[in-house]
Amino acid sequence: MTTAIGVRDLKMHYGDFAAVDGVDLEINTGEILAFLGSNGAGKTTTIEILEGFRKRTSGEVEVLGVDPEKAPLSWRERIGIVLQESEPVPELTAGEAVRMQASYYRNPRNPEETLELVGLTNSADHRTRKLSGGQKRRLDLALALVGDPDLVFLDEPTTGFDPTARRESWGMIEALRDIGKTVLLTTHYMDEAEHLSDRIVVIGAGKILARGTAEELAEQVDAQTRISWKPTPGDLHPPDGFRAQVDKTTGQVRIDTKDALVSLNELTNWATKMGVQLPELNVARPTLEDVYLQLTEGHQR
Amino acid sequence: MTAITRVIPQLKFDLLIFRRNPAASFFTVILPLIFLVLFTSIFGNNTLDNGARVATTYVPGILTLAIVSATTVNLAITMTTRRERGMLKRTRGTPIPPWVFILSQMLAGAAISALMTLVITVIGRLLYDVSLQFETLPSLIISLIVGAMSFAALGLAMTSIIPSEDAAPAVTNAVMLPLYFISGVFLPSEQVPAWVTQIGNLFPVSHLNLALQESYNPFADGAAWPWDHWLVVAGWGAFGAIVALKSFRWTPNR
Repeated sequence: MTTAIGVRDLKMHYGDFAAVDGVDLEINTGEILAFLGSNGAGKTTTIEILEGFRKRTSGEVEVLGVDPEKAPLSWRERIGIVLQESEPVPELTAGEAVRMQASYYRNPRNPEETLELVGLTNSADHRTRKLSGGQKRRLDLALALVGDPDLVFLDEPTTGFDPTARRESWGMIEALRDIGKTVLLTTHYMDEAEHLSDRIVVIGAGKILARGTAEELAEQVDAQTRISWKPTPGDLHPPDGFRAQVDKTTGQVRIDTKDALVSLNELTNWATKMGVQLPELNVARPTLEDVYLQLTEGHQR
Repeated sequence: MTAITRVIPQLKFDLLIFRRNPAASFFTVILPLIFLVLFTSIFGNNTLDNGARVATTYVPGILTLAIVSATTVNLAITMTTRRERGMLKRTRGTPIPPWVFILSQMLAGAAISALMTLVITVIGRLLYDVSLQFETLPSLIISLIVGAMSFAALGLAMTSIIPSEDAAPAVTNAVMLPLYFISGVFLPSEQVPAWVTQIGNLFPVSHLNLALQESYNPFADGAAWPWDHWLVVAGWGAFGAIVALKSFRWTPNR
């Protein structure tokens, strides 16, 4: 497997402030990697260094085999970027904007096909300022893809989307995987990272806090499965051994456990024996959001 | 690929963008024509003692205004807007060489200036009896090229002192409007005190105006080569180019 992005001990200091403080990162060719972190975690700074927009204080960086700080313009033939905040030129139509962008590359994709890929064929003749928020983001993606890049940076591609538009974008990003692109995706939506990426890297206060698949991250934080139900008034409370807690506001009883199967078995045995119903019984795997919150706890700034 | 073939595709898009931008088109194309009609109506178009028409000074003055609008004003505003909305950053993320993109912006300003020269000359001839002196045509072309490229460079330089999209028209007008008044663009130099004209002569607007005056002056000798004015304009243009090279930014101020 070849490496699309390799970063060793990356540091970016502004005076005494370490925006990025010793980051290691590796992304394989053809992989979708989600880069997670709250605002100010060093996410955008890292991405901008990889995109060649920002110089670094120290560390080694290779993107498609080239140091972005010293990269020739030809390096940009192989990279597509969706910026967090970038508007299309309002005087052009969507089709014209894509054709103008295509004119910057030696071997661009066909502009019409690219518009079709992002589902904008019907809006190709509309001025970009008349496009809806979701359509503008699709145009952003078309502009990033029309150069036929090997590596695509997507900086918070669905922020501000309604749920339908988000699902549509997810479909498009998955399509990138199918055509063999390497994708570095930043997001603060946990479900987005879990749904789209092969691997997740979590950054907080300039340092990598965790990396791996969603399952591996859950193991790293020792995440517990939650068993809960809503007892009818007068029901027996399970014995102390279960370490069951009552949520005062909802009235729910909760058991947090690492071994859900054993706990559930013990609980149902007890309930059957004592004749206790367990209304609204629910077993919840830890969500990536819980995992993320645990990981980043104490790393906010 | 030669330099020209690289610039042409971008230039076509930039001219299309200009044509579809109502504010830029109005201030560069329509407003100078309104001023031309207005000034000749207010101040009359009498024949002076020397036999020339008053509008002989207005036609090149308004042409100066149109060239400065098409270049300095237009570039300072649109490039700041494109920078602050992340459009320049997106462009910088592609393989187009920065100089190709920038040269295209400057040439778009020059092309619009050339069009305005034609329009204003025709209107001056038809309505106000002001004739372009044809033996000075080479001089006019040089004034146009030197003027458009120099004022375009100054517009690019100005973007680096303009902090935001909202500030762009305000800063640009605050710099340019007083210059028009002291540079003989709106008021003939004879109607303002000499010291005001001397201050105006420190800046390039006045010298572009004076260079253009030569081409519409019925009493000019031969081809008219206003080297001194061209040099001042080009000097300011070189200053603008150096500032732009050192401080032009592609990323928003955030």
